[in-house]
Amino acid sequence: MALLDAVDVTKRFSGITALDAVSMRVDDGESVGLIGPNGAGKTTFFNCLLGLLRPESGSVTFAGRNLTRAPVYRRARAGLGRTFQRMELFAGMTVRDHLLVAERSRLGTGRFWKDVLNLAAPSADERARADATLELLALRDVADAPIEALSLGRGRLVEVGRALMTEPKLLLLDEPSSGLDAAETAALAATLRAVQAERGTAVLLVEHDVEFVRSFSDRLYVLDFGTLIATGPTAEVLGSDEVRRAYLGETV
Amino acid sequence: MTEFFTYVIQGIPYGCVFALVAVGLVLTYKTSGVFNLAFGAQAFVAAAVYYDVHVRHGWSRWPALAFVVLVLSPALGLLLDVAIFRHLRTASPIAKLVASLGLLVAVPQIVSIWLGQSSTFGVVGIWWDDNALYHFGKFVLDGRQMAIIVSTVVAVTLLGFLFRFAPIGLRMRAVVESPRMTELAGVDSDRVSAFSWMLSSLFAGLAGVLLAPLYASLASQNFSTLLIAAIAAAAFARLTSIPLALVGGLLLGITQALLSGYLPPASVIAQNLKPSLPFAALFLLLLFWPGLRSAVQNKDPLSGVDPPPSPPVAESRGEFLTKTTRVFGTVVVAGALLWLLTSATSYWIGIATTAVVLSVIFLSITVITGMAGQVSLCQATFAGVGAFSTAQIVKVFGLSVLPTLLIGAFVAAAVGALLAVPMLRLGGIFLSLGTLAFAVMFDTLLAPLGWVSGGAHPVRVPRPIGFVDDRSFLILCVVILVIASIFVIFIRRGTTGRFLHALRGSETASRSIGINPTRVRILAFAVSAGLAGLGGGLLAVQKNIATKEDFGYFLSLFFVVLVVTLMPSTVEGAINAGVGFALVPEVLKLVGVSVSWEFVLFGLGAITYARHPEGVLEFQKRKSLAAIEKRLPARWRGPGVDPTVLPAGSAD
Repeated sequence: MALLDAVDVTKRFSGITALDAVSMRVDDGESVGLIGPNGAGKTTFFNCLLGLLRPESGSVTFAGRNLTRAPVYRRARAGLGRTFQRMELFAGMTVRDHLLVAERSRLGTGRFWKDVLNLAAPSADERARADATLELLALRDVADAPIEALSLGRGRLVEVGRALMTEPKLLLLDEPSSGLDAAETAALAATLRAVQAERGTAVLLVEHDVEFVRSFSDRLYVLDFGTLIATGPTAEVLGSDEVRRAYLGETV
Repeated sequence: MTEFFTYVIQGIPYGCVFALVAVGLVLTYKTSGVFNLAFGAQAFVAAAVYYDVHVRHGWSRWPALAFVVLVLSPALGLLLDVAIFRHLRTASPIAKLVASLGLLVAVPQIVSIWLGQSSTFGVVGIWWDDNALYHFGKFVLDGRQMAIIVSTVVAVTLLGFLFRFAPIGLRMRAVVESPRMTELAGVDSDRVSAFSWMLSSLFAGLAGVLLAPLYASLASQNFSTLLIAAIAAAAFARLTSIPLALVGGLLLGITQALLSGYLPPASVIAQNLKPSLPFAALFLLLLFWPGLRSAVQNKDPLSGVDPPPSPPVAESRGEFLTKTTRVFGTVVVAGALLWLLTSATSYWIGIATTAVVLSVIFLSITVITGMAGQVSLCQATFAGVGAFSTAQIVKVFGLSVLPTLLIGAFVAAAVGALLAVPMLRLGGIFLSLGTLAFAVMFDTLLAPLGWVSGGAHPVRVPRPIGFVDDRSFLILCVVILVIASIFVIFIRRGTTGRFLHALRGSETASRSIGINPTRVRILAFAVSAGLAGLGGGLLAVQKNIATKEDFGYFLSLFFVVLVVTLMPSTVEGAINAGVGFALVPEVLKLVGVSVSWEFVLFGLGAITYARHPEGVLEFQKRKSLAAIEKRLPARWRGPGVDPTVLPAGSAD
């Protein structure tokens, strides 16, 4: 039984078909890549998976539950975590607070009466878990820095950390390397591999950097103009003529 | 059937004015993204100047009209664009709304001060003879109505020609489609924006001049109320379609006329329903009109390059300064209390009590605007709900006052939560407009009813036993304020406050980590409404009476302007606003100028919101902190903020 099973997801934007019956499966602990040229519909697909967009047809089943019509926060609680291509951080919050907020959300122990009685401060347990994730992502030194003080690359790691705090079964990474230079990208890829090794989280990665994808994903899906044009083991897909034509822009 | 058409004909002139206003609103919204709440104020300026030059200075009709509509109004529009709104182009929609809200509060007061309070009667229209009657078959129109219909037809026809044939019209249409593409195509969007502001201001001027003679005297309230009514027509047009704005305006005017024609005139419901129709229409349109919700503004894709907000001064202050400020603050507050409790006259005790009670109400804005990031324009209404419930429950059930204040707060909280459920689907400026519609609806429909406010005989409410005299009541109010402040601080520190902070930062990301935004925000609305209700109840108890005049919609607008101008995000800001609300009129009296200047001061202050969302006070504190720290020895300085670090995302 697949962890994520998206079937025939179709999304139109006033006449333009952004996704045309796209189906995708991700199994537990698997690392899957989703590639395609700009405008192919990768982010749209992510948004449909997470519920930020409602597809016109198709279904999304996750961990055995049909989430097609569920609101975003329910999908998150069911175990879908994600990062954003254009970063979505909480302005004015420290790095640690980003993680603590996510932790509190996961635990669901926030009660209004606790707020009123001033009993809602992060517990030692919550802090320990946040610190463990900070350690994993090598963010300990900036734990108490405001998010605005971080570089782009470390900002992306905060997004990963925030998503990890919700203990996702599947992590959707939306172009984590965009805006990073080669060295930063390599460091990020190494960190993500370490995360996956430690937590065993399944990852669905949207990425332009072919080396990143090659080193990270076991299996690939290729999207072009809203349709899946190829799928299979990474090396095989990257070697296929059709993919090279459509995506890598090579003449064969 | 004749009767029906008579009513329809009667509704058309009003419908035309609604349409003119709606068209003007759509024009500025489309070309600059500003929902111009100050439109009614612009109309009022035109009406007042027309009155002044025509009636007082004896200019003849046509030069006066030409001067007001073709020169003064466009000039005013240009001034607003160049001085204010052009600089807000990249600001959030909420910041733009607050700026126009400040103008709505300030401009009519400036005009009233200039115009003088006396003898603004005898407003004359632009037609040859206002009272001449014109017969069209069985139907009769008078001069004022003819003026409105003819002018509207001319203005709208010209606008149509402009859009279709003039180059600037074409550019405006292009800007509407995509401002960025238009810029890339080499069109100066500053010029297009200036032109559209002048054009919409011209419509405001025309509407103002046409509308003035329909009322007995010139009063700014008529104009702002009309503006809010016309928002319904603009909402009908989804804020984007000018033809639909026209149709919406006409429909609104006609429905209103039909309603007043057919409903039995004597019934209380009819009397209240008629004036509240546009607001009810706006409320329902906002909730159910398809397309409005999807018209919710896109986030500026360039917002990532904006500098991050600076942390509050309190966080970047060194320990030495923090201690000094704390000691100083405690001494000042304690001194003031000591003076109030021993030697102050009852006049000053009254002012201090007002400051404390208003601070409780303003805490509600700290919660909803400072913490939840929503601009609610019905906080005075929530205060009214609290006041009326408290007063009625004490009167009808004979409960003692203190626990009833709490019950009143809970009633207000419940109303707030109920209102939040539909409103939160809107978000952004539509939420603000919806709460405004609710406030005006409450004023016109519910507040006059006997079981709410006591109608013509406002409900009296006694002081609680043991706190009857002014001094002890002040102590009670201070205790309640302290408790309410601690309540707000705890909530901000707690899960609710931190979730709200996350939602303010990024709603998308908050949802993606499992936060249910609706639930958290409904809670924020309920807490905010409850605090307002508590403050409202206290206000009624202080005055021994709950009257609807203390909780009108205009006060809601002023409250928001006041708190947002000073410091919207902290408890300290709410208390400063309360003190300001009570004390500024006294200072103005001392200086010997009109109390109206309070509205002007804070109204114009609100315009700074876009540049200093943390509030003017906080901004000044930051500046003085920097100045003081420079003179301190290094070991007493705080961590401050390193200005060299770049915000995350700025490398894009």
